[in-house]
Amino acid sequence: MSHEVAILGVGMHPWGKWGRNFVEYGVAAARAALADAGLDWRQVQFVAGADTIRNGYPGYVAGATFAQALGWTGAHVTSTYGACASGAQAIGVARAQILAGLCDVALVVGADTTPKGFFAPQKGERGADPDWLRFRLLGATNPIYFGLYARRRMEAYGATREDFAQVKVKNSRHGLSNPNARYHKTVTLDEVMKSPVVSDPLRLLDICATSDGGAALVLSSLEFARKRTSKPVKIAAVSTVTPRFPQTVIEMPNFSTDSAVSARVPDIGFKDSIAKHAYEQAGLGPEDMQLAEVYDLSTALELDWYENIGLCKPGEAERLLRSGDTAIGGRIPVNPSGGLACFGEAIPAQAIAQVCELTWQIRGQAGERQVQGARAGVTANQGLFGHGSSVIVTS
Amino acid sequence: MPPKPRKPAIEGWFTMDAAKPRLLGTRCAKCGTVYFPKETSFCRNPGCAGTEFAETELSPRGRLWSFTNNCYQPPEPYVSPDPFVPYAVAAVELEAERMVVLGQVDGASVDELEAGMQMELVLGTLYEDADAEYVVWKWRPA
Repeated sequence: MSHEVAILGVGMHPWGKWGRNFVEYGVAAARAALADAGLDWRQVQFVAGADTIRNGYPGYVAGATFAQALGWTGAHVTSTYGACASGAQAIGVARAQILAGLCDVALVVGADTTPKGFFAPQKGERGADPDWLRFRLLGATNPIYFGLYARRRMEAYGATREDFAQVKVKNSRHGLSNPNARYHKTVTLDEVMKSPVVSDPLRLLDICATSDGGAALVLSSLEFARKRTSKPVKIAAVSTVTPRFPQTVIEMPNFSTDSAVSARVPDIGFKDSIAKHAYEQAGLGPEDMQLAEVYDLSTALELDWYENIGLCKPGEAERLLRSGDTAIGGRIPVNPSGGLACFGEAIPAQAIAQVCELTWQIRGQAGERQVQGARAGVTANQGLFGHGSSVIVTS
Repeated sequence: MPPKPRKPAIEGWFTMDAAKPRLLGTRCAKCGTVYFPKETSFCRNPGCAGTEFAETELSPRGRLWSFTNNCYQPPEPYVSPDPFVPYAVAAVELEAERMVVLGQVDGASVDELEAGMQMELVLGTLYEDADAEYVVWKWRPA
């Protein structure tokens, strides 16, 4: 059975530090996606909202919040939270509803308003919450974990600080003409290398900012889409797998890995498995992709993803970057949107934004950042508590 | 003024033996999987139905898997000395337990660390208030 659904419309509210209510960004993105699809909001039968945990109760029930703001219509609704994978989980739920024949048209929306500075845990004394405890006992911010992974690349594969910086240089060029990006400025190697160290070996310009923004998709069954367009862009796979025990790589927000004394260590690691499941669902492989949007929370993490999504073998990411293959114009451009380096992270919107970018690219609507011959692309993302996602978009 | 009493920053995660501190975890009575922090209800090995756990001391030495540092003051609930002093964080691989455990680094900056080096467990001050000095486990080059 085909697992494909059509992407009829995509829309975003530009990323920034606007300081307004997240609902406004979500509704703007939803309206843009509906206009792109040529559909009226009242035709949407199912709404999937990706939750934000930093904006009070409306953020925990994001689906209903957006539905109310768009005007109650009696549509079915759901709200999902999966840390950085929240948006992909919302896509996954909407896709399942469509594939089960329970609806023809679904709207997926994610939006966030973020505070300044480091992401911090929620307030209060919460001695049983590892996300609270890691800050309390270790001061372990997200960049601490990014720094551990980056140092590991240096130790295991001989990556250099310059390699990491070159990821930022590349992505800053990609995002220059992207109207939805927050930063539109070329960054030089020298600027990255002169920015202050946050968590060694990572510098300020190696680490993504936190942003406000919103993204939305209108999804439909292929049958519904074919009445409107002869060649809809499609979602061919959504992977939201958990790690497998024992997870032997340290994960945010944990103090330790699983112990591997009793159970066999899985043949492939968690991040590899996220993309592997997506490829298997789609019946495609990395060689079938012309581009990728990956979660560059740090520059070094983008290099990890090259390997995790199968663009090269472990230890070869630096070579792939240095060859120019992952820049626009290269063999397999990565983050043609500019990535988190140019957007900053708006958590529940980010995985949806990745799919928006692939859709524009495959339609040939990406303007100056267009990847020539884009027919299929893969997204990848990972966040706290064993969440991750990968979505494959095809022509 | 007498010295302030030393108290654990969190109860039950480590012993307060300043000379030979140990991390306190649990071990599943059925499959032997070790947990830190402690798991006391259900074993997380999907192939194990264990519900009984014994407290166990973790190895006090391990190999440095990776490391980094905080150059900026972390947000609350971290309680920072004023002024903030940058510190390193280590991920240390325990051979017997086959797991990696994080900890602040005592007495060494990132420039003095190298993956693969032996690290040992110590107790160090996390923060102080008017009543007590609160201590936490830390890693130090052995």
